[in-house]
Amino acid sequence: MIQSVDHLALLPLYVAAGTAVLILVMDLLGGPRSSVVGSAVVGGVATLVAALLTRGADPTFCTGTRCSWIPSPLAAVVAVLFAALTVGVLALSMPALRLGAAPAGEFGFLLACSMTGGVVIGYSGDLIALIVGLETLTLPLYVLVGLRRFAPGSPVTTTGASAAVTFLLVSVISTAIALLGAGLLFAATGALHLADLTTGTAPLAMVGVALIVIGFGFKVAAVPLHAWAPTTYDGAPLPIAAYLSTASKLGGVIALAAVVQRVDAGLSLAVLAVLTMTVGNLVALRQTRMVRLLAWSSVAQAGYILAPLAAGAAGVAAAVAYAAFFVVLEFLAFATLVAVRPPEADGGEIAGYRGMARRSPWWAAALVLAFAGLAGLPPGLAGLFAKVVIVAALINTGWGWLAGVVALNAVIALAYYVRAAAILYAGPVGIAVADLRPAKQPVSWPVAAAIGTAAVVAVALGFAPQFLFDALS
Amino acid sequence: MSVLLVAVLAVPAAGALIVALMPDRAGRITAAVVSAITFVLTVLLVIPRSRDHGWFAYRPIETAPVRPWAELNVSWIPALEVDFHLGVDGVSYPLIVLTGLLSLLCCGYTVRKVPAGGRSGRTLAALLLVIEVGILGTFLALDLVLFFVFFEVVLLPMYAVIAGWGGPERRPAARKFVLYTLFGSVLLLLGVFTVVVAAGTGDLLALAGGLGLSRTTQQAAFVLFAVAFAVKAPLWPLHTWLPDAHTEAPTVGSVILAGVLLKMGTYGLIRVGVGVAPRGAAWAAPVLAVLAVAAIIIGSLVCLRQTELKRLIAYSSVGHMGFVLLGIATLTVTGVQAALIGNVAHGVITGLLFFLAGAIKDRAHTGSLAELGGLRESAPRLAGVLGFAAIASLGLPGLAGFWGEAFAVVAAVDRGGPLWITLAALAAVGGALTAAYFMRLLRRVTHGPALLELPQPRVSRVEWMAWAPLILLALLIGLMPALITATTSAPISALTEALR
Repeated sequence: MIQSVDHLALLPLYVAAGTAVLILVMDLLGGPRSSVVGSAVVGGVATLVAALLTRGADPTFCTGTRCSWIPSPLAAVVAVLFAALTVGVLALSMPALRLGAAPAGEFGFLLACSMTGGVVIGYSGDLIALIVGLETLTLPLYVLVGLRRFAPGSPVTTTGASAAVTFLLVSVISTAIALLGAGLLFAATGALHLADLTTGTAPLAMVGVALIVIGFGFKVAAVPLHAWAPTTYDGAPLPIAAYLSTASKLGGVIALAAVVQRVDAGLSLAVLAVLTMTVGNLVALRQTRMVRLLAWSSVAQAGYILAPLAAGAAGVAAAVAYAAFFVVLEFLAFATLVAVRPPEADGGEIAGYRGMARRSPWWAAALVLAFAGLAGLPPGLAGLFAKVVIVAALINTGWGWLAGVVALNAVIALAYYVRAAAILYAGPVGIAVADLRPAKQPVSWPVAAAIGTAAVVAVALGFAPQFLFDALS
Repeated sequence: MSVLLVAVLAVPAAGALIVALMPDRAGRITAAVVSAITFVLTVLLVIPRSRDHGWFAYRPIETAPVRPWAELNVSWIPALEVDFHLGVDGVSYPLIVLTGLLSLLCCGYTVRKVPAGGRSGRTLAALLLVIEVGILGTFLALDLVLFFVFFEVVLLPMYAVIAGWGGPERRPAARKFVLYTLFGSVLLLLGVFTVVVAAGTGDLLALAGGLGLSRTTQQAAFVLFAVAFAVKAPLWPLHTWLPDAHTEAPTVGSVILAGVLLKMGTYGLIRVGVGVAPRGAAWAAPVLAVLAVAAIIIGSLVCLRQTELKRLIAYSSVGHMGFVLLGIATLTVTGVQAALIGNVAHGVITGLLFFLAGAIKDRAHTGSLAELGGLRESAPRLAGVLGFAAIASLGLPGLAGFWGEAFAVVAAVDRGGPLWITLAALAAVGGALTAAYFMRLLRRVTHGPALLELPQPRVSRVEWMAWAPLILLALLIGLMPALITATTSAPISALTEALR
């Protein structure tokens, strides 16, 4: 059978994959670091533009009425987010790349590959494309988590490598589970296209769906499948931790949403959501390390995202909207950490941030904006509307009790966000903070630009959230 | 007139941004100027009030139950059914002016007096302006979701004011405040969407009177609203955040907190709770009234045993807000009007009391009643003003505190039946206890031998400037309660009509 393929609709994929190849070639030809990074940035921006241009194009790779590549508005938003996050993470990595902490060519190539996987997830119309996309998204990350050169004389640690191994093992197992689920589902119903998915009554199909949900649940770090996340985040370099908790999580959410909106998994997802948000928040209360705090809080945030998915198709828009608000705020938080910590350093102890506001008032303000948004309170209006969207969707679909659980969790969450934010402004005047970047060393401009952009986007989305809702529909 | 409505919010918001970027002293002065402009704007909101809303005329309402004098309605987030819908009417106007006034006094006070601790005063002033935006927005909002958004705006800035410029135990107190009130506001969020989803609109004008919401929906919504606002008001037994927050907050923080922040709870209960879910309100009114009376009695009893000045005033707020809530719970025109007067009177008098407590603590460096004494001899003027404020607060006829409390009791008696008569009697006993503890306060603080040598016994000019408007208002409202009630009778009777 010959399929006619509309190559225009595939433009975002071509551009994303082309970016990866371009970086590889640049590096092989021995281009300077700036050209490698430059081509990565240009490629990321081009992917973003391509996704916007092909918004609303016709689906392609079709057999009959079923298609495997669907340029829906949602797909365009997802691709834009992935491209923007990739460029952002690249900007955050600049200080480390300049120091030679990681080889720029490999770093850029892997990141671009990951972006390509992310783009595929949004557009995919069948299970195989979905799983391949998800794998392409995560595969480069195993390497990126552990990719670190040590300067002569600096202490060599294995935290990065052990984080990478943890991540690899958990991810491989989760992929195997998801693949097994997809196989069982195909055997039972013959459905491969997402539009054909139904739970049906066949036990085999139900087992298949359950396995897929479990497999994807690992990716979003839903409790009880979350244990890898804090270790991995804390062991990874800060920019990669930012990517893991934003882009990688977004990929898992989109994949999960694509499946569960067509099958009846309401109650089990609700249980998963309640567990995820509650455990995430309660454990986050006791964290003393900054990245672990953000990691556990992002576990809790995954719970909020899962909650509206319990309502099936009606909740997908809310879940994706929340995820979009969340990645902007989470990226802002991580970007600020990159700015105030020495290059190559990890997140450090929360107590080490004491008095940061006196040293760098602007970065502290950005971090407070991010924390407030993640807690769902003004001045982080974007986060407030994210919570509002979730609660509205849940009440609208008759999941009032779940909305109540979300609301109560927001109160628990505020306790640690407020504690972390208060530390920034605490402390006596004029005491040097040992854990932070030396004051005389300026923040490199790509990092500053990334923070500025993220902050502007967060504020703009807060005042005009309708922009996002329009883009999603 | 919509320009005026926007300006009332935009001026302090822009002011806060500018102040935050200015040098310290210039920033504080700018904040005072900005808050003065805002105050003038809030007063000017009376202009659009057309003749038929009359100060003294009462006309039955044929059309919409709530008719704002001025309105602005712009679609904001259609996906969530949120409109940027602002308006002002007789119920909100006195509170809006009170907010403008107290913010002005606090910003003016901050020009000369920054709480000790080394933090910059302009940040405090900027935060006060942000809080003002949130409070004014809450009183102006005519859209449920917008109301909720403004309700939330206040939370973190107030936390920062307490945690940044407060007393020695400020951090736990601030955390308690922010977690408690967030607990209240998430319930508000649930209530808001219970209503918005059921009614398909968040427009408070359309929703006024219940808009045919089913009985169960109204009951569920009212329970959520009532608990949410009870935390904010605060109503016993959800009040425990209040004494700590007040004790630790800096003077200006306490004034704003007691003066207007608590009013967001009672205003919300009237406009949102009773307005949107009247049948739920009627169903839950006895419970609310019992809790309100419990708050009055318990608040007064606790005050009788208090040994700290600011804590005593804080607990007295629990009792006073109990009267306000009792008034609302009667769901009669008299009761709700009493609640509105009580609201404003409490804002004026308790604001004044907290200014005075701050002045005393600044001089004596202690708030302990056992260590204070003989203020009448060491600082006669200060003692005089304190005596005036205490007497106004205990509800002497002719001063502002009287009307709200007396008519809350009257309204409860009017409701009739054994329950309401008993509640009225108990509330009256609580009123007597209020007098008792304020007398005890005055005996401990102003009378007796002077225990402390105050470094600066005279009342400074900035203090007079901050206190004088409140002293005058306490007198004025006491002599002419119609200033507040006249414009409220129409909207309130419309509100209570919905219950018939």
